[in-house]
Amino acid sequence: MTENQRYPKTIVILHWVIALLIVSAFALGTVMTDMRISPTKLQYYSYHKWIGVTVLGLVAIRLLTRLFTRAPAHPTGMSAWQAKAADAVHVLLYVLMFAVPLSGYFYTSAAGYPVVYLGLVQLPTFIAPDPALKSSLKELHELLTDVILAVVVLHVLAALKHQFIDKDGLLRRMTLNK
Amino acid sequence: MTFQLNPKHLIASALVVAMSVPALAAVVRVDNAKSNVAITFKQMNVPVDAKFKKFAANIDYNAANPETSKANVEIELASFDLGDAEYNKEVLKKEWFNAAQFPKATFVSTGMKANGAGKLVVTGTLTIKGKAANVSFPMTVKQEGANQVFDGTLPIKRLTFNIGEGEWKDTGMVADEVAIKFHVVTTQ
Repeated sequence: MTENQRYPKTIVILHWVIALLIVSAFALGTVMTDMRISPTKLQYYSYHKWIGVTVLGLVAIRLLTRLFTRAPAHPTGMSAWQAKAADAVHVLLYVLMFAVPLSGYFYTSAAGYPVVYLGLVQLPTFIAPDPALKSSLKELHELLTDVILAVVVLHVLAALKHQFIDKDGLLRRMTLNK
Repeated sequence: MTFQLNPKHLIASALVVAMSVPALAAVVRVDNAKSNVAITFKQMNVPVDAKFKKFAANIDYNAANPETSKANVEIELASFDLGDAEYNKEVLKKEWFNAAQFPKATFVSTGMKANGAGKLVVTGTLTIKGKAANVSFPMTVKQEGANQVFDGTLPIKRLTFNIGEGEWKDTGMVADEVAIKFHVVTTQ
């Protein structure tokens, strides 16, 4: 397999790091919201927010890298509609990787709790505390989380289908060259 | 029903009003709509603001002789508002305010000292959750028309008053330092 059949190194690394962070944020988010109020719950909320901000930063770097580098071509034998669907899912994932953390960021701002990244740096708030906006943003954050979950499941199923049914070696595009 | 204006009643009413005027002038009322008591603390370094919606304050301020001024404040702990219904309920529990047993926090001044123009140092006893502590804090006073405006911040340590027991004792999670900020407007 030649180099241009893989994504650039930066993209590959960012893909897997971001994937891991998204799964962690999702797991924390699911667990923490069901917990009784406790120091651990508050700790999880902080971690969840730090991860979200990290994803936001990394996705920005990834998007810039993606725009200025070439993505490998779709595997030969992939139908036009499949190629279009794959592109659409990728675009949607990029949009959601911004939208999910941003909605959470605005939600916590509206709730009156600024994000203090890693407990060290207080990040700016762009909206003032607002109870009505807080509940709308909470719903939006939850809705977007459901959407990204569905799209990620689709993305993973498609990748597995290529790997194990089509056997077209698609997954190798997202691996590092030895 | 008709109302007959009786000159005798009129004089009697006028007298009552005249006698009450000096008494009224001496009474200083706190304008609750313009006053507020809020707190700030840090939770994992995140600044959190909250306020007490119900409190009663009496400030008997003597501008000519500030040392004789007195103040007392009563705060209803159940009126604490963190901006979230679930957390508002939580802080009334035993580990925090134990509001069922200690519904009010009180402050009673024991002394005031002038500290420059419009500045005072207030000392007094702060009682929260059955624990009394001597505190001292700076306060400013301003005359705004007929109103007097008092502002100040009283820094406390929550653990002095057993606020946050058990698992909540960890000050790495909720800082020990809590600032009580007040803004009291009185009208005459």
